[in-house]
Amino acid sequence: MASAVYMQPGSTVKAVRRRQELVSKSIIYFLLITGALMFMLPLIIMISTSFKSYTEINHYPPTFLPNQIVTTNYGEAWGYANTDFPRWTFNTLLIVVATLPGVIVTSSLCAYGFARLKFPGRNTWFLLVLASIMLPPQVTLIPLYILFFKLGWLNTFLPLIVPPWFGGGALNIFLLRQFFMQIPRDLDEAAFLDGAGHLTIWWKIYVPLSRPAMISVALLTVLGIWNDFLGPYIYLTNPDNYTLALGLNVFRDYFPQLPRTDYVMAISTLMVLPMILMFLFAQRYIVQGFVTSGLKG
Amino acid sequence: MAAVVSKPPKNKRSPTFWRDTLRGYLFIMPVVLGLLIWTFGPMLASAYYSLTNYKIIGVPEFIGLQNYTDLFQDKAFIQSLSITVRFGIMFVIFSQIVGLGLAVLLTQKVRGLTVFRTIFYLPIIVPAAASALLWKYLYNKEFGPIDRVLQAFGLKAINWLGSPESALFALVIMSVWASAVTTIIYVAGLQNIPEDLIDSAKIDGANAFRRFLYITIPMLSPTIFFNVVTGVIGAFQFFVPAFIMTAGGPAKSTYFYNYNLYEKAFKWLEMGYASSMAWVLFAIIIVLTLLIFRSSPLWVYYDGEAR
Repeated sequence: MASAVYMQPGSTVKAVRRRQELVSKSIIYFLLITGALMFMLPLIIMISTSFKSYTEINHYPPTFLPNQIVTTNYGEAWGYANTDFPRWTFNTLLIVVATLPGVIVTSSLCAYGFARLKFPGRNTWFLLVLASIMLPPQVTLIPLYILFFKLGWLNTFLPLIVPPWFGGGALNIFLLRQFFMQIPRDLDEAAFLDGAGHLTIWWKIYVPLSRPAMISVALLTVLGIWNDFLGPYIYLTNPDNYTLALGLNVFRDYFPQLPRTDYVMAISTLMVLPMILMFLFAQRYIVQGFVTSGLKG
Repeated sequence: MAAVVSKPPKNKRSPTFWRDTLRGYLFIMPVVLGLLIWTFGPMLASAYYSLTNYKIIGVPEFIGLQNYTDLFQDKAFIQSLSITVRFGIMFVIFSQIVGLGLAVLLTQKVRGLTVFRTIFYLPIIVPAAASALLWKYLYNKEFGPIDRVLQAFGLKAINWLGSPESALFALVIMSVWASAVTTIIYVAGLQNIPEDLIDSAKIDGANAFRRFLYITIPMLSPTIFFNVVTGVIGAFQFFVPAFIMTAGGPAKSTYFYNYNLYEKAFKWLEMGYASSMAWVLFAIIIVLTLLIFRSSPLWVYYDGEAR
C-alpha cells in the first residue's frame, strides 16, 4: 500500500497525507476527550451529588445529574449540629496566614545565600538541605511529637506554623535558588557599586525579579497547608482547633447509619472549590513549581 | 569564571574572609537552625528511641537491638510491608503508563491542549481527605457510580472496598488518578526533547511508533528514572486514603506500612518500636533508590554519554 501511495502524482500524495493527518488527529482527540471525561468524572460526580436531595442519593438506580437541584445541602451541612465549619475554615486560613510570610522570607533569604554568596561550608549545607528531601518524615515525627508535647505545643497550631519559618522547606529553597542563579550578576554588581548591601540586593532586586518563582512557592505552600491531613491529625485533637480537612473527616462519622453523602459532598465541594479556582487562575505557576522542584532535582 | 581567577591562594585568606563567612551563615541561618532543630536533632533522638522501650510516659529504657529483632518476627510488620510493596509495584507501573500516555497526548500538535492539560492536572489540587471521601462514595457497592457503570455494560458489580481481593487495587486506581505530578513531569520531559531529533528521524522514514521507542523513550529515560524513584518513595508514604476509606481493612488488606507505624506510635504509644519501624522504612527507601540508581546506566541515557 505504502509504495503504491508513493507512486502517485504529487497532488494525490498531498491529499493522502492530509487524510492521514486527519485520521491521526481524530484519534488523538478521541483519546484526549475520553481520558478527560474519565479524569473529570469524579469531580463532576462530587459536585452533582452535592446538589441532590437525600431521597435521590438513596434511590436505586442512582442518577448521574440531579433530577432536582437542591441547594439547601450547602447551608444545612455548613451549619450542621455539633460541627463548626466556619471555625475550622478560619483555623485553616489562620495557619496559612501565619505560615506564608515565614516560608517566603526565610526560603528566599536562604536561597540567596546559596545562590549568590561565597563562604566555606556553603556546598555542604546545600547538599544537606537537598538530602533532607529524601528523609521520610516518619523518622523525625516521633521525636518532634515528643518535643512538642514537652513544649506544651500539642493542640495548638504552633507545630504546624513554627517549623516552616526555618527555611520554608528544602524544595522551596531549591526552587528559588534555581531561579536566583539565572538572574544576571551585572544587576547586583551595579547595585553594589551604588552602595547597596546584600540584604538590599536580596529584597529589592532578587525577590521582585523572581516574582514567578515566589508565586509558585506561595501557591504550593497554600495548597500544602489547605490539603494537609496528617499534620493536623497528629497535633490537633481538640475539635475547636480542627482544620477543614480534619472537620470533613469527622463529619462523615456523624452519620454512621444513614450516610448523608449529599452533605459530605457539599462540604467537599466547598473545600475543593478555592483550590480549583486557584489552579484555574494560576495553573502556570503551580505547574512550574512542580516541574522545577521535580525535573532538576 | 572570574571567580576561579580571583580565588586567593589556599593558605592566604582574603581580608574579608571572616566577614563573608559570617554574612553567608547569617543568610542561610534559618535553614541551618531548621535542619538542626527539626531534622538532625530529631534523627539522633529517633535513632536512640529505636533502641529503647519508650511509651512517652516515663523514661526510655535501653534494650539494644531488640525492637529490630522483634520486627522481623512481627506478623503485622511483615504483612504491612508486603502490602506496601505490592501496592508500590502496581502504583509505579500504572502511574508511569497512564502518566506517560497522557503526556504524549498532551504534547501533540493539536488545538485546545491548554484545556485538556487543566483537566488532567486538576486532581493534583484535590485534598487527600476530600478525594478519599469522594472515592469511597464512587466505590460504594449499592449507590456508587462505578459499579452502576459496570452493570450498565453487563459486567458484574465489584465490592471494591469491601473485599480483601480488590481493596488494594481500588486504592491503586484512585492514586493513579491523583498522581497528576507524574503527568506534569512527563510533559516537561517530553518538551525538553529537541524537536530536530524527531524531525530527522521522520525524514529517515521512522514511523511514529519507532520514533517513540528509539528516540522518545531513551531521551526521556532520566525523567522516567525520576518518576519511578519518587513513585516508590510515595508508595511508602501512603497512608491517608487507606486510613479514611478502608481503615486498613477489610481483613487488614490495606494495612499499609505507614498505617502500622502510626498506630504503633499514636494508638499504642510504642514510641521505641515505631521509631525502629521508621528507620527500617528509611533503610528500605535508601536501598531501593540506590538499586534504581545503580541500575540506571542500563536503561537511562544521558546526553553525550555514548556514541
